[in-house]
Amino acid sequence: MKFIRNLTIGQYIYQDSIIHKLDPRVKILLSISLIITIFLVKSWSGFFIIGIYLFTNIFLAKVNPKFVLRGIKPLLMIIILTLLIHFFITPGEVIYRIWILNITLEGIQRGTFIAIRLFLLILSTSWLTLTTSPISLTDGIEKILSFLKIFKIPAHEIAMMMTIALRFIPTLMEETEKIIKAQIARGADFESGNFIKRIQNFLPIIIPLFINAFHRADELAIAMEARCYRGGEGRTHYRTLLINNTDYVFIIITMLVLVVSCVQGI
Amino acid sequence: MIKFDEVTHFYNSEQGNKVASLSKVNLEIEKGDFIAIIGANGSGKSTLARHINGLLLPSEGDVLVESYNTKDLNMIWSIRTKVGMVFQNPDNQLVATTIEDDVAFGLENIGIEEKEMKKRVDWALKVVGLSELRNSEPHLLSGGQKQRVVIAGALAMHTSYLILDEPTSMLDPKGRKEVLEIIKRLNEEENITVVYITQFMSEAAQFKNIIVLDKGKIVLTGPPKKIFNQPDFLLSLNLEIPQITRLARELSANGLDIPANILNEDEMIKYLCLYI
Amino acid sequence: MFIHLKDVSYTYNLNMPFETVALKSINLKINKGEFIGVIGHTGCGKTTLLQLLNGLLEPTEGKVLVDNIDIHQNKQKLREVRKKIGLAFQYPENQFFEETIAKEIAFGPKNMGIAGEELEQRIKKGIEMVGLDYYAYKDRSPFSLSGGEMRRIAIASILAIDPEILILDEPTASLDPQSCSKLLSVITDLYLKYQRTVIMVSHNMEIIAELAKRIVVMEKGGIVMDDTPKNIFQHSLRKLESIGLSLPPVTHTMYELKKIGKPVSSAILTVEEAKDEILKLIRKRERNEIY
Repeated sequence: MKFIRNLTIGQYIYQDSIIHKLDPRVKILLSISLIITIFLVKSWSGFFIIGIYLFTNIFLAKVNPKFVLRGIKPLLMIIILTLLIHFFITPGEVIYRIWILNITLEGIQRGTFIAIRLFLLILSTSWLTLTTSPISLTDGIEKILSFLKIFKIPAHEIAMMMTIALRFIPTLMEETEKIIKAQIARGADFESGNFIKRIQNFLPIIIPLFINAFHRADELAIAMEARCYRGGEGRTHYRTLLINNTDYVFIIITMLVLVVSCVQGI
Repeated sequence: MIKFDEVTHFYNSEQGNKVASLSKVNLEIEKGDFIAIIGANGSGKSTLARHINGLLLPSEGDVLVESYNTKDLNMIWSIRTKVGMVFQNPDNQLVATTIEDDVAFGLENIGIEEKEMKKRVDWALKVVGLSELRNSEPHLLSGGQKQRVVIAGALAMHTSYLILDEPTSMLDPKGRKEVLEIIKRLNEEENITVVYITQFMSEAAQFKNIIVLDKGKIVLTGPPKKIFNQPDFLLSLNLEIPQITRLARELSANGLDIPANILNEDEMIKYLCLYI
Repeated sequence: MFIHLKDVSYTYNLNMPFETVALKSINLKINKGEFIGVIGHTGCGKTTLLQLLNGLLEPTEGKVLVDNIDIHQNKQKLREVRKKIGLAFQYPENQFFEETIAKEIAFGPKNMGIAGEELEQRIKKGIEMVGLDYYAYKDRSPFSLSGGEMRRIAIASILAIDPEILILDEPTASLDPQSCSKLLSVITDLYLKYQRTVIMVSHNMEIIAELAKRIVVMEKGGIVMDDTPKNIFQHSLRKLESIGLSLPPVTHTMYELKKIGKPVSSAILTVEEAKDEILKLIRKRERNEIY
């Protein structure tokens, strides 16, 4: 648990790189475009182009590949599962037989294709979160959402909620750790028992945690009021986001990559 | 100046009857004052503090901050800019993901423009000695450091009155020292008025004036020497006197010709040297 | 029950980024019937030490022996240890989750298989041991209490396990002076009247001075002093302050007097002791002057 606490949320790791210095709005929107494109791509060469693009980004970001792979680890199971399912259920030319299951050529092709797609999807979000600090992300999201103000989206409120959540996640995780230890010291057992029993066993953690969180929220609200907080009206911003030439260059290159990969195989 | 004029505050108790947490309080706090407020649990200390910046409003009477009434909804934000408040729990006052952003929070709220904000944040962080930690995340700081960030936030607002509600109860001795050092400096160098609520008599002894509350009423005011010269009265209010003062009383009762209201070690040593 | 930490080290996040050494080669023996005060700067490893004592944490190096048995090699012993050692963390009232105080206090013993009449007795005894009235409190919500009461009920919930050894991490943190002294008399009772072994971490030297016959001073993950209060306060002031000990004002005064050459002892922790020491010195002076 302490491990999670010490890692800044979303795996952000500071480096002095051009990618880190890009405007978060640009990165967020390009990331979304990437994700959409990955779904639209129909050819191996398209994936190849996007793959090169993403690896170049990660290289330019001076991020240790170890951290990138760590982001993939938890989802590795899903990728492998998807791979195997497609191997077996896709109809077509059978090339191998295990017991009653048939592995088809089409299955291998399809499975690999979808697995690579998943891999690239994970990379395109990892790339964003590894190089953009949580505050920058929140700032970027707020600015993007405020453009959608005409749709009555409460951009400021959402950003404020995100900021406070990010601020308190480490604190609440510490609190959870303490509560778990305190209950174990009173003989609580979180390991054994059937499914229902295990859920019951979590009440002594969840209830104190909720009470703690609400209590904090209460006190925080009063402190914010004492500091003149009254919603988004008339608020200025300490951090200003500026789009400069590097951002424009990046946007153009990315757009090119996306368009080219889309048209491959047509 | 902050003025309390016949302030009474009612709330509904668990049993459902009306209880006065403050009762006809009259008080004047001048610019540059350095005041401690003491009282047993339930004496109304926190309630009084929260009336100063309008977090609570009087049921009867008025609270005026430089002639603006806290009941005036148009002026309340201006009042809260002038009156900064530091609460007990260091964690539950920090709202942003880095120290720097948190100090800027209040300034964003009152619409200060970016260039001016940067100047004020830099200055406030320097005054409290946390410039190097400007990019740190709140949960990695010690309790004392967190409270200093809160104070910096108030300073950045150009607050004239700093109200601190038991800011050191959750801190270790080192953190307590940090907080007291800073507010003393702010009072002396920046002429910021300090109103400090505490249950530690050794802290109260360091202030210029002390206000003693009991059951919502002010029962005694004066410099520490006067207050701690009445230990029996304080005991009847469930309050103590500082350890050094207790020693002075004991020695005085045993025949030594030393004042019974000695407040700190330096004084004690000075008098003891006459004897030993 | 005799606890022995033998060459114990503890590292958080071992072999991962952000690895931190919290304790290094600790050797500590705790005997039945002791009252031990543990003091040190925030971050010196006190809380980690406490969690090693009751087996909540397993040392990364070294052994935790209870009655000469390594508790991390013997599951049965570990379970027994959990029943015999009660640990109250800082702000123990944060663990409350039940609707009534009786149910809250029942949690611990229930986890250990106690039920029925004996459970009722444990709850009653727990509440009484902390100086509160069983009938007045058992059906109230734990959240309806004052700060001082909550603290006492939290400790009662640990006492209901009927531990031989009680470990308290800053039991008086944030309490107002009145609640603080009430809690202190509870702890005194637990030690003297109910004969528990007590290990208490506190920044408050005055409290430790009242009851501890042995003080363990920690710094940067190691034990730097393990001695009686009298011996510890013979050390230099600078040394003590550098390890983060905040001395009671009277002790500080004695130290300052000693520094300017007055023949006083600095092993003074209470007002009584200070008064006696000063008067003793004055009388000696007077006698010398007569001659």
